[in-house]
Amino acid sequence: MRNEVPSECKLVCIPDEHEMFVKAGRPRRGCQGMKKSLISDCRLAEGRQGMSNQRLRVNANSFAFRMRPQGSSRPDDAKHRQGMSTKFLNTTGLPYCKGCGHHLIARNTAIALEKSGFAPLDTILVTDIGCHGIIDRCFNTHTVHGLHGRAAALGAGITLGLSDPKKKVVAFIGDGGATIGLQHLLEAARLNINMTVIIHNNMLYGMTGGQASGLTPCGFRTTITPEGNPVAGYDICALAHTAGAPHVRRIIGVGDFSEELTEAFKADGLSLVEVVEICPSYGAKLNPGTKLDTIIEASGQKIGLWQTGNKDAYSLQCRENLPSLFEKTPEIKVEFGSKLKRPFSIILSGSAGEGVQLASELLARAAISSGLRVTKKGSYPVTVGVGFSTAEIIISPRGIHFHGISEPDLVIITSKDGLRHNRKRIEAMKCGILFIDESLEPPETAAEVVSHNFRGMGPRNAAIFAVFFFARNSGLISISAMIKAIQDRGLAGKIPIEKMKKNLEGVV
Amino acid sequence: MPGRKDELVLIDGSRIIIEASVRAGAEIFVGYPITPANWLYLYATQRFPIILAAPDEITTLQWMAGLSAAGKTPVTATSFPGFALMKESINMAFMMELPMVIILAQRLGPSTGSATCGAQGDLLLLRGLISGGHPVPTLCISDLDDCWNLSASAVSIACKLRTPVVLLTSKEMVMTLRSFDLSDLSPIDPIQHRFYSGEAAYLPYADDQNRVPAFLPVGNNRHQVRLTSSTHDTRGLLQHSTDEAMANTRRLQEKIVGNLPDFTYYELDEMEGSDTLIFSYGISSAAAREAVRLLREKGIAVSLLIGKTLLPAPPEYFTILDKYERVIIAEENLSAQYCEILFGGRKPAGISTVGSIGKMITPRALVEEVAGA
Ligand code: SF4
Repeated sequence: MRNEVPSECKLVCIPDEHEMFVKAGRPRRGCQGMKKSLISDCRLAEGRQGMSNQRLRVNANSFAFRMRPQGSSRPDDAKHRQGMSTKFLNTTGLPYCKGCGHHLIARNTAIALEKSGFAPLDTILVTDIGCHGIIDRCFNTHTVHGLHGRAAALGAGITLGLSDPKKKVVAFIGDGGATIGLQHLLEAARLNINMTVIIHNNMLYGMTGGQASGLTPCGFRTTITPEGNPVAGYDICALAHTAGAPHVRRIIGVGDFSEELTEAFKADGLSLVEVVEICPSYGAKLNPGTKLDTIIEASGQKIGLWQTGNKDAYSLQCRENLPSLFEKTPEIKVEFGSKLKRPFSIILSGSAGEGVQLASELLARAAISSGLRVTKKGSYPVTVGVGFSTAEIIISPRGIHFHGISEPDLVIITSKDGLRHNRKRIEAMKCGILFIDESLEPPETAAEVVSHNFRGMGPRNAAIFAVFFFARNSGLISISAMIKAIQDRGLAGKIPIEKMKKNLEGVV
Repeated sequence: MPGRKDELVLIDGSRIIIEASVRAGAEIFVGYPITPANWLYLYATQRFPIILAAPDEITTLQWMAGLSAAGKTPVTATSFPGFALMKESINMAFMMELPMVIILAQRLGPSTGSATCGAQGDLLLLRGLISGGHPVPTLCISDLDDCWNLSASAVSIACKLRTPVVLLTSKEMVMTLRSFDLSDLSPIDPIQHRFYSGEAAYLPYADDQNRVPAFLPVGNNRHQVRLTSSTHDTRGLLQHSTDEAMANTRRLQEKIVGNLPDFTYYELDEMEGSDTLIFSYGISSAAAREAVRLLREKGIAVSLLIGKTLLPAPPEYFTILDKYERVIIAEENLSAQYCEILFGGRKPAGISTVGSIGKMITPRALVEEVAGA
């Protein structure tokens, strides 16, 4: 049963071969009698050193590594050969160390792709950096060989770019790749990207010298944890499933698991298969006699399938013919005039949330409609909702190259926050004008100081009212131009224009 | 008013960049929020046919690479902290030869620095972007017209040269509103993808015309496509340092440098009789233009060069600079980064620099540098 934890791992391995192994490969400390367990793989790898190549070879056409005298052939070999894919793989000589579990993943993938009905050019194999990643040359599919740990993200990009359910993206990653690229797995799962990720989990980094990864189980020895890994590995299947992947499976990578992979390839949305295997060059050597199923059991992780039904795969929303951004940027007609003869720079500063940026934008629009050129720069702390809010506006009868303001012609302060932010600048003013709310004490300055009750219109209208005050006081922008700017922005009902006009009646 | 046309708007660089990118044929924007590139992201969501919200900037670039491998032209916008995360993946895209545009809106560093303060501090980072020193085409925006023209060029160069392109800008360009006449913008022709159509097996890294291999998306039904980030041969198969692989790695360099004349953009305003040149780029161009105006108003002869293609550095810049007794290079950083790119650690005689951090270089600083001498 697929969902059950098997008491023993499936291994295409027959008793006389074990016997042969035992004779040739001498039992190691901690090894129990050979059973149908993965330990045979481990031992095989170790044993090979003591054996001649003639006696131990990787049988490229079968699903497991067997030992037999060269030339011997078994009836089930022929059966396996028949099931062997040549459509997807272009060689029988895969680039891995003898006994490496990656052989089986590559072969089972090839068979499963064929079983799933994909053609090689329907398939895009995306591989990581890591021993498993050098497989791309052996596949007749499209192949994309990227960075360490990123195949799931790269594969997601390809899946989304193709947006074609007839195409199959398969991402190969290792346990190291799953560690460094964990976010990519979770994101692919969360979005339910229509692809299959196969994790080659040999519980260490093979290519770089056998170091522990985030998936290395507790107690497993690696070159950097010779006493055994002190912490548990991620349960990557549980994580992926929790994140939203609808089809997740952990299997032990021995024998024929093409059926499990076929199911994954046929599943809609993100399917993830973690194949637990062994790296003979490091894992087997450092953990002699250890059984894979024992390791998994001890880790508390489960062999099996996690499934969620009926979940739609992520599909890209393509929005054709969206309106130009310029259509949403209303044209401003020149309907008013201005007597301004030189560039005039204004700093308007108050508190966040009190309409400083809006007021300065309205002023800028009014200036454009008065035939002037404008720049408007905003500055505020990163937390846009508290503290100061400052706008720097230049209005000019000619083109403005530089929008910075060193010596403002006018500073308008509508609140304490604004004063605090501009105190130094006001003190440094050698000329110019300061408009300041009458509730505030003006700093020492050579600027001409004009106090007025801006906040009297309510804090939210203080900045806009101050801009009206400027328009009226300077005569550089007409009140009509300001009102038109407000109307064009659809704010006529929200700003107490009449009240402001009335208040300004006495202002000269 | 004479010359004043009818489509006046109050607009920021972000909107123009995004609009131009879409009109040039980019169809997907992959975003991750970062100040000061957020307006670019926001406007992109309103304009790009397809939007993807990535969970981080490494994913952003990986998704973009995948989308590009599948035949799309993706764009993203970021600032240094995000760009730093993208760096390895940009190397991958460069090696795989995948078209894409990365808009880099500079802010004050080092590190997270000041998110809402502009800067021009990332140029040396860009010059050293690729392990091996290969230049990534880098265009730099100096005004709103450039927002339009260079954004379109970035998309077109990316596709024509099969490469990531960096469109460099800064906070003050993408977040400042200006009055602008939209009718000044010239129409943009969308890129026409020309995919490999031959019968022979496709070689993804063939040394084709102009050193740019023909492109064919993965997943097509006609030819196998192999893309790889590791050192590879013309078939896209991993190689150690074989002659063929090294020839390919060399081609990558020559592809960018050799095609530089096709994407050399600059603005030269020479004044007869001047022996002084102000050379600037990006946001400091505004101060440079204003300084030149002020100086000429005072009767001081001065010429102006605004660099728009920054990497690789076009040889024309040296030819122009060589004509002047004095050159003042203005850039908003501490270390005169472009000057260093052009001349190394030792400035030639006659070259001085004006820099600034935390605020824009002012026209006055440039006027004093020129007139005060
Ligand atoms: S080092 Fe380990 S993981 Fe790598 S190929 Fe060899 S056995 Fe396999």
